[in-house]
Amino acid sequence: MAVVGTKKSLNKNDEDHSFNELLKDEYKGKKLADPVNKLEDKWELLPAFLKVKGLVKQHLDSFNYFVDTDLKKIIDANQMILSDVDPEFYFKYLDIRVGSKSTSQGKDRTQTPHQCRLRDMSYNAPIYVDVEYTRGKKIIMHRDVEIGKMPIMLRSNKCILEGCDELEMAKLLECPLDPGGYFIVNGTEKVILVQEQLSKNRIIVEADEKKHIVQASVTSSTHERKSKTYVVTKNGKIYLKHNSISEEIPIVIALKAAGLVSDLEIMQLVCGNDSLYQEIFAINFEECSNHNITTQRQALEYIGAKVKTIRRQKLSIFQEGVEAIATTVIAHLTAIDMDFKEKALYLAIMARRVVMAIHDPKNVDDRDYVGNKRLELAGQLMSLLFEDLFKKFNGDFKNSIDKVLKKPNRATEYDALLSINVHSNNITSGLNRAISTGNWSLKRFKMERAGVTHVLSRLSYISALGMMTRISSQFEKSRKVSGPRALQPSQFGMLCTSDTPEGEACGLVKNLALMTHITTDDEEDPIKKVCYLLGVENISVLDSTALHLNFGVYVNGTLIGTTRFPAKFVSQFRKLRRQGKVSAFISIYVNQQQLAVHIATDGGRICRPLIIVENGKSKIAPNHLNLLKEGKFEFDDFLKLGLVEYLDCNEENDSLIALYEKDLANDITHLEIEPFTVLGAVAGLIPYPHHNQSPRNTYQCAMGKQAIGAIAYNQFRRIDTLLYLMIYPQQPMVKTKTIELIGYDKLPAGQNATVAVMSYSGYDIEDALVINKASIDRGFGRCETRKKTTCVLKKYPNHTQDILAGMRVDENNKPIWQHEPLGADGLGEVGMRVESGQIYINKSIPQVAEPTAMNANGINQAAPAAFKNTPVVYRAPEASYIDQVMMSVSDDEQSLIKVLLRQNRRPELGDKFSSRHGQKGVCGIIVNHEDMPFNDQGVSPDIIMNPHGFPSRMTVGKMIELVSGKAGILNGSLEYGTCFGGSKLEDMSKILVENGFNYSGKDQLYSGITGECLQAYIFFGPIYYQKLKHMVLDKMHARARGPRAVLTRQPTEGRSRDGGLRLGEMERDCVIAYGASQLLLERLMISSDAFEVDTCNKCGLMGYSGWCNTCKSSENIIKMTIPYAAKLLFQELIAMNIAPRLRLSDVFAK
Amino acid sequence: MSNNNIVNIEYNRVTNVTSTDFPSYSQENAFSTIWDTEKFKENLDIEIKSLEERDCNFDLKHVDTSIANAFRRIMISEVPSVAAEAVYVYNNTSVLQDEVLAHRIGLVPLQVDPEELTWCESTAEGDEGAESKYTDKNTIVLTLDIACTRNLNAPKGCTDPKILYHNSSVYSRDLKFQPEGNQAEIFANKPVVPCDDDILICKLRPGQEISLRVHCILGVGADHAKFSPVSTASYRLLPHINIMKPFGGESAIRLQKCFPEGVIGIDEEGKAFVKDARKDTVSREVLRHEEFKSSVKLGRIRDHFIFNVESTGAMTPEEIFFKSVRILKSKAEYLKNCPISQ
Repeated sequence: MAVVGTKKSLNKNDEDHSFNELLKDEYKGKKLADPVNKLEDKWELLPAFLKVKGLVKQHLDSFNYFVDTDLKKIIDANQMILSDVDPEFYFKYLDIRVGSKSTSQGKDRTQTPHQCRLRDMSYNAPIYVDVEYTRGKKIIMHRDVEIGKMPIMLRSNKCILEGCDELEMAKLLECPLDPGGYFIVNGTEKVILVQEQLSKNRIIVEADEKKHIVQASVTSSTHERKSKTYVVTKNGKIYLKHNSISEEIPIVIALKAAGLVSDLEIMQLVCGNDSLYQEIFAINFEECSNHNITTQRQALEYIGAKVKTIRRQKLSIFQEGVEAIATTVIAHLTAIDMDFKEKALYLAIMARRVVMAIHDPKNVDDRDYVGNKRLELAGQLMSLLFEDLFKKFNGDFKNSIDKVLKKPNRATEYDALLSINVHSNNITSGLNRAISTGNWSLKRFKMERAGVTHVLSRLSYISALGMMTRISSQFEKSRKVSGPRALQPSQFGMLCTSDTPEGEACGLVKNLALMTHITTDDEEDPIKKVCYLLGVENISVLDSTALHLNFGVYVNGTLIGTTRFPAKFVSQFRKLRRQGKVSAFISIYVNQQQLAVHIATDGGRICRPLIIVENGKSKIAPNHLNLLKEGKFEFDDFLKLGLVEYLDCNEENDSLIALYEKDLANDITHLEIEPFTVLGAVAGLIPYPHHNQSPRNTYQCAMGKQAIGAIAYNQFRRIDTLLYLMIYPQQPMVKTKTIELIGYDKLPAGQNATVAVMSYSGYDIEDALVINKASIDRGFGRCETRKKTTCVLKKYPNHTQDILAGMRVDENNKPIWQHEPLGADGLGEVGMRVESGQIYINKSIPQVAEPTAMNANGINQAAPAAFKNTPVVYRAPEASYIDQVMMSVSDDEQSLIKVLLRQNRRPELGDKFSSRHGQKGVCGIIVNHEDMPFNDQGVSPDIIMNPHGFPSRMTVGKMIELVSGKAGILNGSLEYGTCFGGSKLEDMSKILVENGFNYSGKDQLYSGITGECLQAYIFFGPIYYQKLKHMVLDKMHARARGPRAVLTRQPTEGRSRDGGLRLGEMERDCVIAYGASQLLLERLMISSDAFEVDTCNKCGLMGYSGWCNTCKSSENIIKMTIPYAAKLLFQELIAMNIAPRLRLSDVFAK
Repeated sequence: MSNNNIVNIEYNRVTNVTSTDFPSYSQENAFSTIWDTEKFKENLDIEIKSLEERDCNFDLKHVDTSIANAFRRIMISEVPSVAAEAVYVYNNTSVLQDEVLAHRIGLVPLQVDPEELTWCESTAEGDEGAESKYTDKNTIVLTLDIACTRNLNAPKGCTDPKILYHNSSVYSRDLKFQPEGNQAEIFANKPVVPCDDDILICKLRPGQEISLRVHCILGVGADHAKFSPVSTASYRLLPHINIMKPFGGESAIRLQKCFPEGVIGIDEEGKAFVKDARKDTVSREVLRHEEFKSSVKLGRIRDHFIFNVESTGAMTPEEIFFKSVRILKSKAEYLKNCPISQ
């Protein structure tokens, strides 16, 4: 009531409002009892977020960061090329750019993405560098030297589509709804999937309680190397373990080697004043003193002796030890001038974490916790690859410079720039190859990763979108552990809870939720400075006794200082972040257990925006939302004003987030923008998913990607290998907010079918559907397939090339039947019908393609044009129509022909359909209109669904969809089925009643066959149905006789080879058990590979033509029929020097 | 009216649905067993409630369900009408594929009297014989030749394609009749046109054109929905409401609200009475209310069919119904003359 009071007093001040209006029950659509600050429209932030970020912004951000920032870093790190020969010579990279020259404004490329798709080219942009080098005595600067081409991510800031509006996109033949974020390499669209990894440079403590092992590990990753350092327990003692050190090093020795010579200091750093920890750790000193090691030098020598090295020049043991500590152990920390203090501290902290875990086994980290994961995106992967290629490029470049400089006398002064172009193809082809094959092989890290890229699935708009948000895990699929596959509570809002495949990749392949952002790397040093400014005591001046008394401040896992007032420090830091003084994506949180304040600036963290709450009030006020609606505010304004902030998983755990506004209390720190953002783009299509059994939503996520619908606005311009399109797609009657946000209502995949949930005809068992024939006649479920055939007219070394042979005509000057679809040029004509056996590309290849010895000099000596006809023949059960014929020239100057064949299909028996609730079924029978049941209005259903689909599946959402849809029809509105919201069932029922229908959605129906009333009320209304890509026409297969395999003479296998249907082992067992020996003989031999052989009854071997070649006689030859495979086996055995002899006798002795 | 004649609409089921009003049906209590033709003739009643060009609503009373249903089924699937069957595309540069365009043209209802055409023999579908199959006796030829051009007089800044271009939309009216043989005379005063002239067939943009010929033949709805002369033909049973206990005052108004407007009236005493049961949609809303549950009985009269025939426009709805009667009659006759029927 206090809230009401504020409203009243507010309005009293406002004289403009008439008092009478206030007395009304409702005031401007709001009830008096409503709280004033209701942020009903806070979901509007979501479209605003997506407008700024887009659905694939993580890919674009990452790629933009790579081309704008990371490339420059790589150039800086590999700046100089020096010659081993000439000490005077140097070659230096000054700057690098992608796509545009330093002089030009914007992008000066002409090739468009769609052209690349059609012409099988790669969508890329030149990489320009500015260089400085010596020529003789002079220093020369050169700008805009092209060193290769970089594949460009569509819609990134180097893409010509960036910032295009709908009209410009249309001019470039692009779909404005296409999310971008993929590459086009050799005409195929390739996506670099997001890779999930354990976070780098962080300590992870694990414990194996059975084996009493506790281990802290850290994976160090720098530009140069990757290595893993462990601190492990063994028999209660703690050791340092590293791959390049052959033995475990007692931790005290390791710490001494790192410069902590005093035992007291070690004890203080590891255990602090805690006597329990000291007790656990004390035993380790004994081990050290057993080895008699007291000085740093001794310790380093001890380690040096155990280092595994493959070095060219031998170092002393001491040097090896120094080298090991300096570069290999915890490699991400750099030691300057033998100052190992940082490393010692890091090791001590690792040891402390182990001690803590020994003391209390609960003090371990969770590998599966989302906060401990980092996502690797296209940009990072590209940067790894580019650096590798660039290093190789520079190496080759250096070699060729050395080669030239080695020559003692040169006529002119050597210009190093001349050699650069020789290698310019390496980078281009290296990048292209990696993206098109998906094999990421990096020599530096000995990394060999396959399957990084995938072909963008264009089955439907949703499948393409789903692919862009997919995250693949590095984890092995075959292992049977549930941990990494399980749904993590920390996934909330970050990763979709429903969208994961079934089967072996279940839980390993995930999808991003709707409102997520993945961070890119941020600079560490300014953050450190900020920390010191905020009163953090620098670790380098800190007394080791005081270390564990206060809270440690860690930046990206490395201790940089301590603070006595963590809460104050954190809140001050957050204040700075909200003011925009530091990057919005830097997270800070307190870990009470470890007495630590963690600050993360690294890339690959998943984070999401939340509304900031202060003193139990949301910082966003309704007027902000009004400004947003009026278009005066953007999402970034909310960020800048400190109304909204990004939290990553770790910081989320340090906050109290209210789900709804009503939950706001004083200790609440944040408010959720919209709860339905826990789902991703694909799961967002499901109406009322919160009413469904959860696996059903997961099934729908898999099936939504197979639904046929509209793919893109440019779908008719595309020439894809295989494309399924729906003729009359409809937007669903029951939408969700997500549907509107991702544009599914503009590119839908399905139709609103009127469904009667009833049993009919018995052809509907096992989820089969009964479909109304009249609906099909009128266009329900009609779809189109488009298949591409590519044909290259090759050019050969002897100046011949493939040609199109024209068309052959009969005596009436009409084309022969096979050539009917062809035009005079030998190519199919657009619009022609092509039947099985007809030719649509009449190609001929020259018979002699190699240059002969005589005319190798290049002059073609009037070689007779001998061509072999190799036409492309259409083979399919149904005829097709030629939709498009494209002739072009590919990248390598060869003529490229693409023919697109189209097929129009109406639903038939066995075609697969599904609703949006994981309820799939095939068409079981097509029923005439007059036989369909009908209701009072004369409406008969399009689909009859068997009610048995409901009890066990528990898809209540589907029922609510039906009721809402029905209400929507009667009301003339589209209803919402948004997750955790949407139109209320009660309201929908009310609409039904108001329109003279039963509240439950059940109608009284009449049988179409008898005309009588049905004895039950039938649940009747619209449900959105998707047609799935599995169609009978593509799968049907039968064979009587047909091709046989050459080797065994058995029928071939598989539909594509017109193969036979196998009577397999288990079927054979049945026949044996039944005793049907003649059937067995017929199936396994006579109908398969029966073969008549002449066997010799004397020697038992096989002869031929009535003659035994072993016995040299025809006396004992007996003809018999055996499987050809058996004959083959005998002959193979003979070839192995084993003689299988057939001994024949009568079964029924006389 | 005997109770036996009412289908009971209960809260969660429908009972007493079977109709038995046909010859040689005997029941245990056999006082009404013998089906009497004379009595049937006497009882049979048709009452036309509304009759419009496209729409017809009439009551058919006192016939067995099977007969009423037969009419409905025949109207949907067996009354012949004319629709496009073969489309010959000479040029089509629109975005719609030939097949889709043909399908759309096929579904356009045509105003052709089916009596004027003979049946087209559906012999083997060969491309050679296809042309000869169609004659001026059984085929109507329509042409569609249209090209989209820019409107040079369009005002500047205009974005409406209808103003910017000529022929930006192709409507059914653009299908032009091409008389063959003596069709010009036969159809002189009843021109062959689509029933509705504003059915959108396709949209065009400058430079796109469509040129095609359509062969329209006689067919039945059983073959393809495009030949069905009705968009819907169906019936419902007359609702019957029995208020068994008097309701007055507030509860009368509540009862009234359970039904569509005009079904329940309230008399001077404030008592509810059934004013017009015909208007009821049988939403069963009353049965949800505890107070009416046991004292209001819903039902439908089993032999009172409220037919609703909606024509696509080729024929008037009454014509369609008469044809269905004729077809049923000829079927019965055929069956009667069938040698095996004896």
